Amino acid sequence: MALNELIVCEQCDLPQLETPLEPGDKAFCSRCGNVLYRLQPDGLRRSLIFSLTAAVLFLISNSFPIVSIDSQGITNSTTLLDAADRLIEDGIPSIAALVFATTFLMPALEIMALIYLLLPLHFGRLPPGLPFAFRLVHLVKPWAMIEVFMLGLLVTISKLNALATVEPDIGLFSFILLMFVVTVASVNFDARIFWKRVDELQELQVKAC
Amino acid sequence: MLTAASIGIIGCDDCGFVQRIPLTSTHLKCSRCAATMHARKTNSISRTWALLIAAYVLIIPANLMPVMATGSLFGTEKDTIFGGVLYLWYSDSEVLAIILFTASIIIPFAKLFSLSFLLISVQIRSTWKPKLRSKLYRAVEAIGRWSMIDVYVATMLTALVQFGSLMSIRAGAGAIAFATVVVLTIFAAESFDPRLIWDAADRQKNDDHLAEELHV
Repeated sequence: MALNELIVCEQCDLPQLETPLEPGDKAFCSRCGNVLYRLQPDGLRRSLIFSLTAAVLFLISNSFPIVSIDSQGITNSTTLLDAADRLIEDGIPSIAALVFATTFLMPALEIMALIYLLLPLHFGRLPPGLPFAFRLVHLVKPWAMIEVFMLGLLVTISKLNALATVEPDIGLFSFILLMFVVTVASVNFDARIFWKRVDELQELQVKAC
Repeated sequence: MLTAASIGIIGCDDCGFVQRIPLTSTHLKCSRCAATMHARKTNSISRTWALLIAAYVLIIPANLMPVMATGSLFGTEKDTIFGGVLYLWYSDSEVLAIILFTASIIIPFAKLFSLSFLLISVQIRSTWKPKLRSKLYRAVEAIGRWSMIDVYVATMLTALVQFGSLMSIRAGAGAIAFATVVVLTIFAAESFDPRLIWDAADRQKNDDHLAEELHV
């Protein structure tokens, strides 16, 4: 039995054999019930397309104000980065840094790393520093929290409704789309399928030499 | 119970690559993606306890100190997390009030208690329902991020409600304590190693086998 036919469950350390799946199915660990892998034909291509879309939406989301409010003739609007800046002015840079990291920096890194990995792979090339970029995706994923930020915005808007007239802006709609697109891009990036494709390409390169 | 570590193989947590554990080297690197590998996370139990205790301490000011201060012509009003939930409830947004209550009060406490329970169960080598405890761990890992809602609400309100002397909102000290609790518990969940649940159950079973053999 070759080691590369084994899958070790990362939650309970049980070594198991890989079994073939129907497209769209998931394989669960037979002992602890953890999801081991999924079969998503075309998953990498889909992940690439959605990552590229996410990059565009990310730029739009952060260039336009999210909401504007109007209270007795005084209006005010903010982008995400303005909001973080405002917190620094108020003397709480720690929260500004946390908000900046979880809603701007980490999602940006995730989208960029996915494109960096998948775009060359789509054309049959391996980007330099591939292992590093792959680990970066894993590292930033738990800290990219756009979907949580969206729920926070919903609560903010309903709180503000009592004080002032709230006008949703381009940034808000763009952020909502971004939330879905980023999720699809991230879910379709399967480590197993990715490394199988990388191994195939590496073998081809060796043969060519 | 069978574990990869007990038969001398290791799977990479990042890319899933499986390889033999070399007998000599102490710093193990995945030969495919170059991630640092551990058969079990380093000092998992003491690290997780340290982070948890810090979170237990900070969750008190997080709930008692104001997360937001609203200044207006009529003076300054300070709101704790629970005050913010009540405000939403009385302004007819019951659904959002429940979401906020769950995310900022129930989830942080549930996370602290669940992780403490998991740690103690591993330390006393409990064999009680390891599959259920694994599920609990995965739930703790998945749910933690949603506590951040209140931090985002405080941020956006601070940025938007700036009407000079008429009305302005500032984030308070409670918000810093609260954000720290959220970050600490995310790190705590990350430093706990769920494989220890199965190791403990495993060791207990071996001991039982041994005892049986000796008696017979």
